[in-house]
Amino acid sequence: MTLWWAIAAVCAGCYALKLAGLAAPRQVLDHPVVRRFAELVPVTLLAALIAVQMFTHQGALAFDPARAGGLAAAVIALLLRAPFLVVLAAAAATTALVRVLLG
Amino acid sequence: MDQTTHRSAAIRDGLGVGLAVGLSGVAFGAAAVTAGLSVPQACVLSLLAFTGASQFALTGAVGAGGDLLSAASGALLLGGRNTLYGLRMADVLRVRGPRRLVAAHGVIDETTAVALAQPTPAAARAGFTTTFATIYITWNLTTLAGALGTSALGDPAMLGLDVVGPATFLAILWPRLAASAELRRLAVGGMAIALLATPFFPPGVPVLLSALAVLVVLVR
Repeated sequence: MTLWWAIAAVCAGCYALKLAGLAAPRQVLDHPVVRRFAELVPVTLLAALIAVQMFTHQGALAFDPARAGGLAAAVIALLLRAPFLVVLAAAAATTALVRVLLG
Repeated sequence: MDQTTHRSAAIRDGLGVGLAVGLSGVAFGAAAVTAGLSVPQACVLSLLAFTGASQFALTGAVGAGGDLLSAASGALLLGGRNTLYGLRMADVLRVRGPRRLVAAHGVIDETTAVALAQPTPAAARAGFTTTFATIYITWNLTTLAGALGTSALGDPAMLGLDVVGPATFLAILWPRLAASAELRRLAVGGMAIALLATPFFPPGVPVLLSALAVLVVLVR
């Protein structure tokens, strides 16, 4: 398997995976259990993604003070009801600042 | 707020998330070339796979000298969550035919998150489209810049851009979590499952496994 074949497989596969959900048959989407699952699952997946992106590194649990500081800044901004883009800016600026301070 | 205000708020959110997350393409471009991919290979992945986690997984495994079959499988496992997003987006977007084929390419973490944060279906569609267009353009341009090594953007990690993804998802979930104890339990459950599973499963699987928390809620 050459690298180009692997890239082609990943491109085709990733697109097929995206389309599979969007193009699921109407009967499936309208089923009450599927509907409830589809409503709840993005919240769970995005929360899990936050945890994995924040607290793991290459398959192991890991703590990065800069990223943790950035997320803490986001939480504070959210508690202060800051606008969405201010929350992102506060997180990125804090993470960058902690990295500079810690070298 | 009236319809127009909702839609402009959605468009603003989409532009912000799109630009901030899209800039991380420079990290992907640089990582891909470092791992041994050519510049065209890095760009084709951003154009056609267009789902950051899978792209990083493939190049990471290639760079680590892993075999290509497991590298590709890992990337596809990470892409699996877009299928679950698609189930939800199907109801939000309500697109058919050729437009559905285009919209499908945009079903990723960020577009789903922005769409779900909007109060009305029209705003959700505006948020999805704006986020998709902005990320797609930015992500591909910065991939090229990162791969060519000519980026004036510097190291995205030094700019703190690696925290923008998680902060985006948190900001978008926040109002829904604040309003519902059930969603808070789900979120915490999903985080716990993903973290506990991380040491034992390949990348991508822990986040998919967090969907088990939803099944527990449904069964009760």
